[in-house]
Amino acid sequence: MSEVLSFHFDVDGNDFTCAGQASVQVKKNLRRLGLSPETIRRVSIAMYEGEINMVIHAGGGHAEVRVAQDAIEIILEDKGPGIADIEKAMQAGYSTAPDTIRSLGFGAGMGLPNMKRYTDSLDIQSTVGVGTRIVMRVNLDN
Amino acid sequence: MTVSELVARADLKAAALPDGEREITGVYIGDLLSWVMGRAASGDAWITIMSNRNVAAVATLADTACVILAEGVQPDEGVAALAEQKGINLLLSGASAYDTALRLRDLL
Repeated sequence: MSEVLSFHFDVDGNDFTCAGQASVQVKKNLRRLGLSPETIRRVSIAMYEGEINMVIHAGGGHAEVRVAQDAIEIILEDKGPGIADIEKAMQAGYSTAPDTIRSLGFGAGMGLPNMKRYTDSLDIQSTVGVGTRIVMRVNLDN
Repeated sequence: MTVSELVARADLKAAALPDGEREITGVYIGDLLSWVMGRAASGDAWITIMSNRNVAAVATLADTACVILAEGVQPDEGVAALAEQKGINLLLSGASAYDTALRLRDLL
């Protein structure tokens, strides 16, 4: 995949109220590139879920969005606690988020399922105690 | 119907109305933000009781026409200003989510 453009973001893990800034910025950038509204919606929703997960569980991390001719790739990396059971984490409704997070409207156990639903591929590499790396891909129909 | 027209006709209060000409094309009700983001359609009026700053991010990403805080819920401190700045229409309804939706049903 020939790379055209990439955006890099640091996701602040200390300020939950600011979570989503990177995703909103990506949405703006993609809109400027003239991508279809449906593609932009899929990318920004998947990225937002990943961003929120990094804030809730991992104390922040890094996000990179690569725009190529045939696809958009979203890479999320953190040095959080890792995901012990990825299969379980992928189940809709399963969440380990604390009550304080739930009271804000998160922690419904829809994050990873949404990321899968809105992308064409989702790859999760996670080691407990080391961190998590997620690569998502949204294909562009040219 | 535009958001400004809705405010005038549905007895709603505007906490922020930066894009009153935005057309409302549907309605979505929900408080779980991931759920809303996945299900609400672009152009929906989103009825919720969530009043924190994250609502602004979800409204932007889901591209809803407006957010309506139901049940007399007031936005958290700074959220109305944030909505204004982000171009998000934020409306307040004293009625329940159900009654607010019924009003929209009659008007849309």
